[in-house]
Amino acid sequence: MMGWLRAVLVMVLCLSPMSALAISPDEVLDNPALESRARDISAEIRCLVCQNQSIDDSDADLARDLRLLVRERLVAGDSDDQVRQYLVDRYGEFVLLRPRIEPRTILLWGAAPVLLLAGLLILFFAARRAQPSRPEKLTKEEQTALNDLSRNLADPDRR
Amino acid sequence: MPIELGHFALILAFAIASVAAIGGFTFWRSGERIAQFVSQAALLQFVLTAVAFVALIQAFIVSDFSLALAANNSNPVIPLLFKISGVWGNHEGSMLLWILILVGFGAMVAVFGKNLPRDLLTLVLAMQALLTAAFTGFTIFTSNPFWRLSPAPLQGSDLNPVLQDVGLAIHPPLLYVGYVGFSICFSFAIAALISGRIDGAWARWVRPWAILSWLFLTLGIAMGSYWAYYELGWGGWWFWDPVENASFMPWLAGTALLHSALVMEKRNALKVWTVFLSIITFSLSLLGTFLVRSGILTSVHTFASDPTRGLVILSLLALFIGGAFLLFALRVSSLRLGGLFAPVSREGALILNNLFLATATGAVLVGTLYPLVLDALAGVSISVGPPFFNLTFAVLMSPLLIVLPFGPLLAWKRADVVAAAQRLIAVAALAIFLAVLISALSGVTISMAPIGLLLGFWVAFGAFAELVERGRIGRIPPMDSVRRLAGLPRTTWATAIAHFGVGVTVLGIVATSAWETELVTTLNPGETTTLADYTIAFDSFGPVNGAGFTAEVGTFTVTSTDHSTRQMQAARRTYLASGSQTTEAAIQTYGFSQLYLQLGEAVNGTHVVRLWHKPYITLIWIGALFMAFAGALSLTDRRLRVGVPKRAARQTSGAA
Repeated sequence: MMGWLRAVLVMVLCLSPMSALAISPDEVLDNPALESRARDISAEIRCLVCQNQSIDDSDADLARDLRLLVRERLVAGDSDDQVRQYLVDRYGEFVLLRPRIEPRTILLWGAAPVLLLAGLLILFFAARRAQPSRPEKLTKEEQTALNDLSRNLADPDRR
Repeated sequence: MPIELGHFALILAFAIASVAAIGGFTFWRSGERIAQFVSQAALLQFVLTAVAFVALIQAFIVSDFSLALAANNSNPVIPLLFKISGVWGNHEGSMLLWILILVGFGAMVAVFGKNLPRDLLTLVLAMQALLTAAFTGFTIFTSNPFWRLSPAPLQGSDLNPVLQDVGLAIHPPLLYVGYVGFSICFSFAIAALISGRIDGAWARWVRPWAILSWLFLTLGIAMGSYWAYYELGWGGWWFWDPVENASFMPWLAGTALLHSALVMEKRNALKVWTVFLSIITFSLSLLGTFLVRSGILTSVHTFASDPTRGLVILSLLALFIGGAFLLFALRVSSLRLGGLFAPVSREGALILNNLFLATATGAVLVGTLYPLVLDALAGVSISVGPPFFNLTFAVLMSPLLIVLPFGPLLAWKRADVVAAAQRLIAVAALAIFLAVLISALSGVTISMAPIGLLLGFWVAFGAFAELVERGRIGRIPPMDSVRRLAGLPRTTWATAIAHFGVGVTVLGIVATSAWETELVTTLNPGETTTLADYTIAFDSFGPVNGAGFTAEVGTFTVTSTDHSTRQMQAARRTYLASGSQTTEAAIQTYGFSQLYLQLGEAVNGTHVVRLWHKPYITLIWIGALFMAFAGALSLTDRRLRVGVPKRAARQTSGAA
């Protein structure tokens, strides 16, 4: 496995000329549909030697190699998911900028919905708790004040 | 000699801060005398730290390379501005800047807080002094900027070329003022928890500090975003980088704080939550400043990571954040719940705002720390990148943007949502019309862009619904409307302008994400290419000498549809002192849109050129400027500025 990887890397490294930009014209596929898929995939693949860049944005040589690899797989007829799986098999989950939903990432993807739901529940119970203590205990003055307030609210010109 | 003077001043500031912290927390009930003591101490800390800071700047200006920091981060050939900003372009110097701003805020509280109740003032300044003592101690003992070299090197190594930019002069100071300003809210929260006194007046004292910090943080983040956009050279303006997230989390929490403090000030409700947010916001600021320096996060901002300091930093973070939450847990039951209100009310809308902002903060925090934690616990490394954050954030922000225009139209305590909706019908109609029109004209296929546009227009126009309502525009003679509008409190205007800014930023994000066009091509001098409605001619290519670097500059002429031409110059620089290279993108602004051009290295005499047309991208930062301006405007409101302290002073003098 590792030997195979090294072989691919050496091959690709030797083939690639010096490049200082992210995607360069010679990489672009002739088929626009495939190229567009390649761009979409590349934008979500991490450049392994850079600080937090996608291979689509990075000008590192390794990023270029990965871009070429992605295009090679697409031309070979892989689906988007197969291309991603191919990269994960070789470089690990670390290459995916969009982590897949799995048991170990469930807390990550679940965090926002759970927090939102917890917040809504807390608000719901706080509102219910605040409710019953109100109606009976109004004194006469409070009732008058409340009536005034309601009247003010009903009046659209009030400010 | 000046360097030793600065070093000594910093040590003295450390000693004074320590004494003020201990004295303040021990004798805070003793009234006037201790309050005066901690106030004087706060002013002294500021003066002494300023002396230390000036000493550093002076050493950098004269290129005194016997100072190790200057030898490592400066060079005689760079322009004066970069010599000065180079002081904080490194870990040690930026620590000193951070402390300078911290003691600056402490001094401001001492000066402007003359009317605060004495015990509250003492506790706030004691807390500030404790922070100062901890972080000056950290600086002096682990990150001392005053170390000398003997013998002094003849030549300094260079300031990192990426940092040789006006962005370094502006971005960190703005960001730090934002971060550190929230320490005042934090100290007020701690003081309230210790003294047990917390009410609407507390929120009135805290809110101006929150607004001030928030407006600087807004500017700092926007500036950082624009700097990354033009300097990093691949045209991105937000990367969900851990350090960006670290600055964005306090912003989200601080925005929530602004809104919840409003409820507390006006209605004496949400007290526990507001105190909690004050603690959280500054805790996230601390995380933002220091997690980066502990060496456990990697990002494009690696300028200061050093694992040996990590332990001290994490201990300090644990001490302050953990201590604050412990105090909160112990004392929270002493805070009474305040005024009641119906779910549909201004309070209810602000709570909804807080719910979504707090959830977004939590989601960003989890996303930022998840890879670290998973790696530590399970030994599995994963990446959490922009796709995750964009999705989560869009889903959380959309409902917030939908309800945003309703908020200011709802009455306190109990409101009529149908009446508010009726007032927004015109806004909704206009937003739908524009979103459909633009989408149709630009030939959008099925995508989220029209919905994004709709939300942006909805928020931007909806922001003015309250002004239309209160100015009775269209219902009374125009001159009367103008008079009414002029008479409105500035905070009302500030609300409208800030919310308008949110809408503008959303529009910029949507437009540039949906309609950006890109061209990657090979181009040689004399050749021409086209992108969007522009024709770009590559005129010439040649070497140019700059301050501290040599460059290869490509000159381009852009012709737009109206036949006007402009020049663009993109370059690749090689810095003399360090030998490192940077690419300088060329940017031309047309209206609100920008043309962004990057020039690749010449291979066999052929140049690779990357071109982007970024429609309406500047709206992203213009929106942020509106938000910051609104913050400044609301600070000038009389009710925030003079009314409150005067009244408070009358109360305290009456009580004494």
